[in-house]
Amino acid sequence: MNSFLQIYPYLIAGWIFLCGLYGIATSRHLVHMVISLAVLQTSTYVLLLNIGYRIHGAAPVFVGISPGTITVDPVVQALMLTDVVVEATVVALLLAMAVTAHDRAGTLSPDDLRMMRG
Amino acid sequence: MMWFRILLLLLVAVSALGVVLTRSVTSQILALSFYGLLLAVMFLVFQAPDVALSQITVGAVALPLMVMLAQAKMKNRGTKRRNERNHS
Amino acid sequence: MNSRWRTRIFFAAAIGFAWIYFLGVKNLPPWGDYRGIYGQMISAVSVHERHATDAVNAIDYDYRGFDTLGEEFILFASVLGAMLLLRRPERPETTTPPEKGLSDAVKVSAAVAFSVLVIFGIYISTHGQLTPGGGFQGGVILASASMLIYIAENFSVFKRITSHPAVEVLEALGAGFYAVIGLVPLVLAEPFLTNWLPLGTTGNVFSSGTIAAISASVGIEVTAGFLLLGYTYLEDIIAKTGEEQNE
Repeated sequence: MNSFLQIYPYLIAGWIFLCGLYGIATSRHLVHMVISLAVLQTSTYVLLLNIGYRIHGAAPVFVGISPGTITVDPVVQALMLTDVVVEATVVALLLAMAVTAHDRAGTLSPDDLRMMRG
Repeated sequence: MMWFRILLLLLVAVSALGVVLTRSVTSQILALSFYGLLLAVMFLVFQAPDVALSQITVGAVALPLMVMLAQAKMKNRGTKRRNERNHS
Repeated sequence: MNSRWRTRIFFAAAIGFAWIYFLGVKNLPPWGDYRGIYGQMISAVSVHERHATDAVNAIDYDYRGFDTLGEEFILFASVLGAMLLLRRPERPETTTPPEKGLSDAVKVSAAVAFSVLVIFGIYISTHGQLTPGGGFQGGVILASASMLIYIAENFSVFKRITSHPAVEVLEALGAGFYAVIGLVPLVLAEPFLTNWLPLGTTGNVFSSGTIAAISASVGIEVTAGFLLLGYTYLEDIIAKTGEEQNE
Protein backbone atom coordinates (compact mmCIF):
# COMPACT_ATOMS: atom_id res chain seq x y z
CA MET A 1 0.00 0.00 0.00
CA ASN A 2 2.81 2.37 0.85
CA SER A 3 4.63 1.73 -2.40
CA PHE A 4 1.37 2.25 -4.29
CA LEU A 5 0.97 5.65 -2.61
CA GLN A 6 4.50 6.55 -3.70
CA ILE A 7 3.69 6.27 -7.41
CA TYR A 8 -0.05 7.05 -7.27
CA PRO A 9 0.06 10.53 -8.93
CA TYR A 10 2.18 9.28 -11.83
CA LEU A 11 -0.41 6.57 -12.48
CA ILE A 12 -3.16 9.23 -12.48
CA ALA A 13 -1.17 11.15 -15.11
CA GLY A 14 -0.94 8.01 -17.23
CA TRP A 15 -4.69 7.42 -16.86
CA ILE A 16 -5.50 10.95 -18.05
CA PHE A 17 -3.17 10.41 -21.04
CA LEU A 18 -5.02 7.22 -21.99
CA CYS A 19 -8.40 8.97 -21.61
CA GLY A 20 -7.37 11.69 -24.03
CA LEU A 21 -5.97 9.14 -26.47
CA TYR A 22 -9.21 7.15 -26.34
CA GLY A 23 -11.13 10.31 -27.16
CA ILE A 24 -8.93 11.02 -30.18
CA ALA A 25 -8.98 7.44 -31.49
CA THR A 26 -12.72 6.93 -31.31
CA SER A 27 -13.91 10.40 -32.21
CA ARG A 28 -16.60 11.14 -34.80
CA HIS A 29 -16.43 14.92 -34.72
CA LEU A 30 -13.40 17.11 -35.35
CA VAL A 31 -14.07 19.53 -32.49
CA HIS A 32 -14.50 16.62 -30.06
CA MET A 33 -11.07 15.43 -31.22
CA VAL A 34 -9.50 18.82 -30.53
CA ILE A 35 -10.93 18.92 -26.99
CA SER A 36 -9.64 15.40 -26.32
CA LEU A 37 -6.20 16.60 -27.44
CA ALA A 38 -6.45 19.37 -24.84
CA VAL A 39 -7.24 16.77 -22.15
CA LEU A 40 -4.24 14.73 -23.30
CA GLN A 41 -2.00 17.76 -22.86
CA THR A 42 -3.19 18.25 -19.29
CA SER A 43 -1.75 14.87 -18.32
CA THR A 44 1.74 16.40 -18.57
CA TYR A 45 0.74 19.13 -16.11
CA VAL A 46 -0.26 16.54 -13.53
CA LEU A 47 2.98 14.60 -14.06
CA LEU A 48 5.25 17.65 -13.82
CA LEU A 49 3.43 19.05 -10.79
CA ASN A 50 3.77 15.85 -8.84
CA ILE A 51 7.41 15.30 -9.75
CA GLY A 52 8.39 18.64 -8.24
CA TYR A 53 6.25 18.36 -5.11
CA ARG A 54 7.87 18.32 -1.66
CA ILE A 55 5.88 17.40 1.44
CA HIS A 56 5.49 20.44 3.76
CA GLY A 57 7.03 22.60 1.06
CA ALA A 58 5.85 26.19 0.67
CA ALA A 59 4.89 27.96 -2.54
CA PRO A 60 7.95 29.48 -4.31
CA VAL A 61 6.85 33.08 -3.64
CA PHE A 62 9.03 34.73 -1.01
CA VAL A 63 6.65 37.41 0.27
CA GLY A 64 6.67 37.09 4.05
CA ILE A 65 8.87 34.01 4.24
CA SER A 66 12.63 34.11 4.33
CA PRO A 67 14.55 32.90 1.28
CA GLY A 68 15.91 29.85 3.06
CA THR A 69 12.68 27.90 3.63
CA ILE A 70 12.01 24.64 1.85
CA THR A 71 9.77 25.24 -1.17
CA VAL A 72 8.39 23.07 -3.90
CA ASP A 73 10.49 23.08 -7.02
CA PRO A 74 10.04 26.29 -9.08
CA VAL A 75 11.82 25.08 -12.23
CA VAL A 76 9.14 22.46 -12.92
CA GLN A 77 6.44 25.10 -12.46
CA ALA A 78 8.13 27.32 -15.04
CA LEU A 79 7.96 24.36 -17.46
CA MET A 80 4.25 23.99 -16.70
CA LEU A 81 3.63 27.67 -17.51
CA THR A 82 5.14 27.24 -20.97
CA ASP A 83 3.03 24.11 -21.38
CA VAL A 84 -0.22 25.97 -20.66
CA VAL A 85 0.60 28.65 -23.24
CA VAL A 86 1.45 26.05 -25.88
CA GLU A 87 -1.85 24.23 -25.26
CA ALA A 88 -3.83 27.42 -25.91
CA THR A 89 -1.98 28.16 -29.14
CA VAL A 90 -2.23 24.60 -30.48
CA VAL A 91 -5.98 24.49 -29.85
CA ALA A 92 -6.45 27.88 -31.56
CA LEU A 93 -4.64 26.77 -34.71
CA LEU A 94 -6.37 23.36 -34.83
CA LEU A 95 -9.78 25.00 -34.51
CA ALA A 96 -8.95 27.29 -37.42
CA MET A 97 -8.09 24.22 -39.48
CA ALA A 98 -11.33 22.51 -38.45
CA VAL A 99 -13.36 25.56 -39.55
CA THR A 100 -11.55 25.55 -42.90
CA ALA A 101 -12.22 21.82 -43.36
CA HIS A 102 -15.90 22.39 -42.63
CA ASP A 103 -15.90 25.16 -45.22
CA ARG A 104 -14.37 23.07 -48.00
CA ALA A 105 -15.98 19.69 -47.37
CA GLY A 106 -19.20 20.58 -45.58
CA THR A 107 -18.74 17.84 -42.98
CA LEU A 108 -16.91 17.49 -39.68
CA SER A 109 -16.62 13.72 -39.37
CA PRO A 110 -13.04 12.40 -39.69
CA ASP A 111 -14.20 9.32 -41.61
CA ASP A 112 -15.77 11.39 -44.38
CA LEU A 113 -12.80 13.73 -44.58
CA ARG A 114 -10.39 10.89 -45.22
CA MET A 115 -10.54 10.73 -49.00
CA MET A 116 -8.77 13.63 -50.67
CA ARG A 117 -10.49 14.60 -53.85
CA GLY A 118 -8.02 15.17 -56.64
CA MET B 1 -3.97 16.73 4.41
CA MET B 2 -2.68 13.83 2.42
CA TRP B 3 -6.08 12.20 2.02
CA PHE B 4 -7.42 15.50 0.58
CA ARG B 5 -4.73 15.53 -2.10
CA ILE B 6 -5.35 11.89 -2.94
CA LEU B 7 -9.08 12.55 -3.28
CA LEU B 8 -8.46 15.59 -5.48
CA LEU B 9 -6.29 13.58 -7.85
CA LEU B 10 -9.01 10.92 -8.09
CA LEU B 11 -11.60 13.60 -8.87
CA VAL B 12 -9.37 14.97 -11.64
CA ALA B 13 -9.06 11.50 -13.17
CA VAL B 14 -12.83 10.93 -13.12
CA SER B 15 -13.45 14.40 -14.57
CA ALA B 16 -11.04 13.75 -17.45
CA LEU B 17 -12.97 10.61 -18.34
CA GLY B 18 -16.18 12.62 -18.17
CA VAL B 19 -14.89 15.23 -20.61
CA VAL B 20 -13.89 12.61 -23.15
CA LEU B 21 -17.08 10.56 -22.93
CA THR B 22 -19.36 13.55 -23.60
CA ARG B 23 -20.32 13.31 -27.24
CA SER B 24 -22.28 16.50 -27.82
CA VAL B 25 -19.83 19.31 -28.39
CA THR B 26 -21.83 22.01 -26.62
CA SER B 27 -21.96 19.99 -23.40
CA GLN B 28 -18.32 19.07 -23.80
CA ILE B 29 -17.31 22.73 -23.75
CA LEU B 30 -18.87 23.15 -20.31
CA ALA B 31 -17.27 19.92 -19.10
CA LEU B 32 -13.90 21.21 -20.30
CA SER B 33 -14.40 24.46 -18.42
CA PHE B 34 -15.23 22.58 -15.22
CA TYR B 35 -12.20 20.33 -15.71
CA GLY B 36 -9.96 23.37 -16.16
CA LEU B 37 -11.26 24.92 -12.96
CA LEU B 38 -10.73 21.66 -11.07
CA LEU B 39 -7.15 21.51 -12.34
CA ALA B 40 -6.59 25.08 -11.15
CA VAL B 41 -7.83 24.13 -7.65
CA MET B 42 -5.46 21.17 -7.71
CA PHE B 43 -2.54 23.42 -8.67
CA LEU B 44 -3.38 25.75 -5.78
CA VAL B 45 -3.54 22.93 -3.23
CA PHE B 46 -0.18 21.62 -4.48
CA GLN B 47 1.48 25.01 -3.83
CA ALA B 48 1.71 26.31 -7.42
CA PRO B 49 -0.14 29.68 -7.47
CA ASP B 50 1.41 31.08 -10.65
CA VAL B 51 0.40 28.05 -12.70
CA ALA B 52 -3.07 28.09 -11.10
CA LEU B 53 -3.62 31.67 -12.32
CA SER B 54 -2.47 30.69 -15.80
CA GLN B 55 -4.73 27.66 -15.85
CA ILE B 56 -7.78 29.66 -14.74
CA THR B 57 -7.34 32.28 -17.43
CA VAL B 58 -6.43 29.86 -20.21
CA GLY B 59 -8.07 26.55 -19.45
CA ALA B 60 -11.32 27.74 -17.93
CA VAL B 61 -11.91 30.97 -19.89
CA ALA B 62 -9.90 31.30 -23.10
CA LEU B 63 -10.01 27.69 -24.30
CA PRO B 64 -13.80 27.12 -24.00
CA LEU B 65 -14.31 30.61 -25.44
CA MET B 66 -12.28 29.75 -28.54
CA VAL B 67 -14.16 26.49 -29.05
CA MET B 68 -17.51 28.29 -28.71
CA LEU B 69 -16.44 30.95 -31.20
CA ALA B 70 -15.38 28.25 -33.66
CA GLN B 71 -18.76 26.50 -33.26
CA ALA B 72 -20.60 29.77 -33.88
CA LYS B 73 -18.53 30.52 -36.96
CA MET B 74 -19.15 27.06 -38.43
CA LYS B 75 -22.89 27.27 -37.82
CA ASN B 76 -22.96 30.74 -39.36
CA ARG B 77 -21.15 29.62 -42.49
CA GLY B 78 -23.32 26.51 -42.75
CA THR B 79 -26.59 28.49 -42.75
CA LYS B 80 -25.16 30.99 -45.23
CA ARG B 81 -24.25 28.21 -47.66
CA ARG B 82 -27.68 26.62 -47.24
CA ASN B 83 -29.36 29.97 -47.88
CA GLU B 84 -27.34 30.47 -51.06
CA ARG B 85 -28.23 27.01 -52.27
CA ASN B 86 -31.93 27.56 -51.58
CA HIS B 87 -32.07 30.98 -53.19
CA SER B 88 -30.14 30.09 -56.39
CA MET C 1 -11.08 0.33 -41.17
CA ASN C 2 -14.34 0.73 -39.33
CA SER C 3 -14.65 2.08 -35.85
CA ARG C 4 -15.06 -1.21 -33.97
CA TRP C 5 -11.69 -2.49 -35.15
CA ARG C 6 -10.19 0.87 -34.31
CA THR C 7 -11.44 0.61 -30.72
CA ARG C 8 -10.06 -2.92 -30.32
CA ILE C 9 -6.63 -1.95 -31.66
CA PHE C 10 -6.66 1.07 -29.39
CA PHE C 11 -7.31 -1.07 -26.31
CA ALA C 12 -4.50 -3.45 -27.22
CA ALA C 13 -2.12 -0.52 -27.65
CA ALA C 14 -3.34 1.06 -24.40
CA ILE C 15 -2.58 -2.09 -22.42
CA GLY C 16 0.92 -2.22 -23.89
CA PHE C 17 1.51 1.45 -23.17
CA ALA C 18 0.19 1.12 -19.61
CA TRP C 19 2.52 -1.79 -18.92
CA ILE C 20 5.62 0.01 -20.20
CA TYR C 21 4.62 3.23 -18.41
CA PHE C 22 4.20 1.36 -15.13
CA LEU C 23 7.64 -0.18 -15.51
CA GLY C 24 9.12 3.25 -16.06
CA VAL C 25 7.29 4.96 -13.20
CA LYS C 26 7.95 2.22 -10.64
CA ASN C 27 11.44 3.41 -9.82
CA LEU C 28 10.95 7.16 -9.71
CA PRO C 29 11.67 8.94 -6.41
CA PRO C 30 8.63 8.62 -4.13
CA TRP C 31 5.92 11.26 -4.21
CA GLY C 32 6.91 14.26 -2.11
CA ASP C 33 10.61 13.56 -2.03
CA TYR C 34 12.03 15.50 -4.95
CA ARG C 35 15.81 15.43 -4.89
CA GLY C 36 16.77 17.90 -7.63
CA ILE C 37 19.17 20.65 -6.54
CA TYR C 38 18.70 23.15 -9.41
CA GLY C 39 15.37 24.29 -8.00
CA GLN C 40 16.70 24.43 -4.44
CA MET C 41 19.59 26.63 -5.52
CA ILE C 42 17.34 29.02 -7.43
CA SER C 43 14.98 29.25 -4.44
CA ALA C 44 17.88 30.17 -2.22
CA VAL C 45 19.53 32.82 -4.41
CA SER C 46 16.80 34.38 -6.54
CA VAL C 47 15.72 37.01 -4.00
CA HIS C 48 19.29 38.09 -3.39
CA GLU C 49 20.53 37.96 -6.98
CA ARG C 50 17.59 39.37 -8.94
CA HIS C 51 15.59 41.21 -6.23
CA ALA C 52 12.49 39.34 -7.39
CA THR C 53 10.31 37.64 -4.80
CA ASP C 54 8.45 35.41 -7.27
CA ALA C 55 10.89 32.63 -8.12
CA VAL C 56 8.77 31.15 -10.92
CA ASN C 57 8.64 34.47 -12.80
CA ALA C 58 12.36 35.03 -12.24
CA ILE C 59 13.02 31.63 -13.82
CA ASP C 60 10.60 32.29 -16.68
CA TYR C 61 11.91 35.69 -17.74
CA ASP C 62 15.50 35.64 -16.53
CA TYR C 63 17.16 32.31 -15.76
CA ARG C 64 15.33 30.49 -18.57
CA GLY C 65 14.31 33.56 -20.57
CA PHE C 66 15.37 31.95 -23.83
CA ASP C 67 12.64 29.31 -23.58
CA THR C 68 10.01 31.99 -22.97
CA LEU C 69 11.22 33.84 -26.06
CA GLY C 70 10.47 30.74 -28.11
CA GLU C 71 7.08 30.34 -26.44
CA GLU C 72 6.07 33.91 -27.29
CA PHE C 73 6.98 33.37 -30.91
CA ILE C 74 4.93 30.17 -30.93
CA LEU C 75 1.94 32.29 -29.85
CA PHE C 76 2.71 34.85 -32.54
CA ALA C 77 2.98 32.23 -35.28
CA SER C 78 -0.22 30.49 -34.21
CA VAL C 79 -2.25 33.72 -34.27
CA LEU C 80 -0.77 34.45 -37.70
CA GLY C 81 -1.73 31.00 -38.95
CA ALA C 82 -5.29 31.23 -37.64
CA MET C 83 -5.75 34.65 -39.22
CA LEU C 84 -4.41 33.46 -42.57
CA LEU C 85 -6.75 30.47 -42.59
CA LEU C 86 -9.89 32.29 -41.60
CA ARG C 87 -9.75 35.76 -43.12
CA ARG C 88 -11.86 35.80 -46.24
CA PRO C 89 -10.19 37.46 -49.24
CA GLU C 90 -13.15 39.39 -50.66
CA ARG C 91 -15.48 41.14 -48.25
CA PRO C 92 -18.02 43.77 -49.25
CA GLU C 93 -17.99 46.92 -47.16
CA THR C 94 -20.71 46.59 -44.55
CA THR C 95 -22.14 49.48 -42.63
CA THR C 96 -21.64 49.44 -38.87
CA PRO C 97 -24.68 47.69 -37.42
CA PRO C 98 -26.93 49.58 -35.01
CA GLU C 99 -26.89 48.38 -31.40
CA LYS C 100 -29.49 45.80 -30.50
CA GLY C 101 -32.06 46.24 -27.82
CA LEU C 102 -30.64 44.73 -24.66
CA SER C 103 -31.82 46.21 -21.37
CA ASP C 104 -29.88 49.05 -19.81
CA ALA C 105 -28.99 46.99 -16.73
CA VAL C 106 -26.88 44.64 -18.85
CA LYS C 107 -25.04 47.51 -20.49
CA VAL C 108 -24.27 49.29 -17.22
CA SER C 109 -23.07 46.16 -15.46
CA ALA C 110 -20.96 45.24 -18.48
CA ALA C 111 -19.34 48.68 -18.38
CA VAL C 112 -18.57 48.37 -14.66
CA ALA C 113 -17.22 44.85 -15.03
CA PHE C 114 -15.12 45.92 -18.02
CA SER C 115 -13.39 48.67 -16.06
CA VAL C 116 -12.72 46.34 -13.11
CA LEU C 117 -11.26 43.72 -15.44
CA VAL C 118 -8.98 46.21 -17.20
CA ILE C 119 -7.57 47.52 -13.91
CA PHE C 120 -7.10 43.97 -12.63
CA GLY C 121 -5.37 42.93 -15.82
CA ILE C 122 -2.93 45.83 -15.69
CA TYR C 123 -2.25 45.11 -11.99
CA ILE C 124 -1.46 41.44 -12.62
CA SER C 125 0.72 42.35 -15.61
CA THR C 126 2.89 44.82 -13.77
CA HIS C 127 3.26 42.94 -10.46
CA GLY C 128 4.61 39.78 -12.00
CA GLN C 129 7.95 39.86 -10.28
CA LEU C 130 6.48 40.32 -6.78
CA THR C 131 3.42 38.06 -6.59
CA PRO C 132 2.07 35.29 -8.85
CA GLY C 133 1.07 36.73 -12.17
CA GLY C 134 3.11 38.24 -14.91
CA GLY C 135 2.74 39.30 -18.50
CA PHE C 136 0.95 36.31 -19.96
CA GLN C 137 -1.79 36.02 -17.34
CA GLY C 138 -2.48 39.78 -17.36
CA GLY C 139 -2.64 39.77 -21.15
CA VAL C 140 -5.29 37.05 -21.28
CA ILE C 141 -7.37 38.87 -18.63
CA LEU C 142 -7.24 42.09 -20.67
CA ALA C 143 -8.23 40.28 -23.85
CA SER C 144 -11.18 38.57 -22.18
CA ALA C 145 -12.42 41.98 -21.02
CA SER C 146 -13.20 42.79 -24.66
CA MET C 147 -15.53 39.80 -24.77
CA LEU C 148 -17.72 41.55 -22.21
CA ILE C 149 -18.31 44.28 -24.77
CA TYR C 150 -19.38 41.67 -27.30
CA ILE C 151 -21.74 40.03 -24.81
CA ALA C 152 -23.38 43.39 -24.10
CA GLU C 153 -24.02 43.50 -27.89
CA ASN C 154 -22.14 46.73 -28.45
CA PHE C 155 -20.87 45.52 -31.80
CA SER C 156 -19.56 48.82 -33.14
CA VAL C 157 -17.26 49.36 -30.16
CA PHE C 158 -16.11 45.74 -30.27
CA LYS C 159 -15.32 46.01 -33.96
CA ARG C 160 -13.43 49.26 -33.44
CA ILE C 161 -11.35 47.81 -30.58
CA THR C 162 -10.37 44.53 -32.19
CA SER C 163 -10.04 45.30 -35.89
CA HIS C 164 -8.04 48.49 -35.61
CA PRO C 165 -4.72 48.13 -37.52
CA ALA C 166 -2.88 49.30 -34.39
CA VAL C 167 -3.65 45.95 -32.74
CA GLU C 168 -1.58 44.05 -35.32
CA VAL C 169 1.25 46.57 -34.96
CA LEU C 170 1.15 46.24 -31.15
CA GLU C 171 1.36 42.47 -31.34
CA ALA C 172 4.44 42.60 -33.56
CA LEU C 173 6.00 45.29 -31.36
CA GLY C 174 5.46 43.23 -28.22
CA ALA C 175 7.09 40.16 -29.70
CA GLY C 176 9.95 42.11 -31.26
CA PHE C 177 10.65 44.20 -28.16
CA TYR C 178 11.39 41.04 -26.19
CA ALA C 179 14.09 40.13 -28.72
CA VAL C 180 15.46 43.69 -28.68
CA ILE C 181 15.77 43.65 -24.88
CA GLY C 182 17.72 40.45 -25.26
CA LEU C 183 19.98 41.85 -27.98
CA VAL C 184 21.08 44.97 -26.07
CA PRO C 185 23.52 43.06 -23.76
CA LEU C 186 25.33 41.83 -26.88
CA VAL C 187 26.32 45.46 -27.51
CA LEU C 188 27.60 45.68 -23.91
CA ALA C 189 29.80 42.59 -24.50
CA GLU C 190 27.66 40.24 -22.34
CA PRO C 191 25.61 37.13 -23.18
CA PHE C 192 22.16 37.32 -24.79
CA LEU C 193 19.29 38.12 -22.38
CA THR C 194 21.49 39.21 -19.48
CA ASN C 195 19.66 41.33 -16.90
CA TRP C 196 21.11 44.75 -17.71
CA LEU C 197 18.65 47.22 -16.20
CA PRO C 198 19.18 48.47 -12.61
CA LEU C 199 17.83 45.96 -10.11
CA GLY C 200 16.15 48.30 -7.62
CA THR C 201 14.93 47.35 -4.14
CA THR C 202 13.08 44.10 -3.48
CA GLY C 203 9.36 44.65 -3.13
CA ASN C 204 9.02 47.67 -5.40
CA VAL C 205 7.12 47.45 -8.64
CA PHE C 206 10.08 48.83 -10.62
CA SER C 207 12.57 46.23 -9.43
CA SER C 208 14.43 43.25 -10.84
CA GLY C 209 15.66 44.87 -14.02
CA THR C 210 14.60 43.40 -17.33
CA ILE C 211 12.05 41.02 -15.77
CA ALA C 212 9.50 43.85 -15.49
CA ALA C 213 10.20 45.14 -19.00
CA ILE C 214 9.97 41.69 -20.59
CA SER C 215 6.79 40.96 -18.64
CA ALA C 216 5.18 44.17 -19.92
CA SER C 217 6.07 43.50 -23.56
CA VAL C 218 4.81 39.91 -23.30
CA GLY C 219 1.55 41.24 -21.84
CA ILE C 220 1.09 43.63 -24.76
CA GLU C 221 1.73 40.88 -27.28
CA VAL C 222 -0.64 38.39 -25.66
CA THR C 223 -3.45 40.96 -25.35
CA ALA C 224 -3.16 41.97 -28.98
CA GLY C 225 -2.91 38.34 -30.13
CA PHE C 226 -6.05 37.22 -28.36
CA LEU C 227 -7.96 40.33 -29.52
CA LEU C 228 -7.05 39.46 -33.11
CA LEU C 229 -8.15 35.86 -32.59
CA GLY C 230 -11.49 37.02 -31.21
CA TYR C 231 -12.11 39.31 -34.17
CA THR C 232 -11.10 36.60 -36.68
CA TYR C 233 -13.72 34.25 -35.30
CA LEU C 234 -16.46 36.83 -34.94
CA GLU C 235 -16.19 39.07 -37.99
CA ASP C 236 -18.69 37.02 -40.02
CA ILE C 237 -21.25 37.07 -37.24
CA ILE C 238 -20.97 40.80 -36.64
CA ALA C 239 -21.35 41.56 -40.35
CA LYS C 240 -24.30 39.17 -40.63
CA THR C 241 -26.06 40.79 -37.71
CA GLY C 242 -25.62 44.10 -39.50
CA GLU C 243 -27.22 42.75 -42.69
CA GLU C 244 -30.18 41.33 -40.79
CA GLN C 245 -30.71 44.64 -39.06
CA ASN C 246 -30.68 46.56 -42.34
CA GLU C 247 -33.22 44.34 -44.10
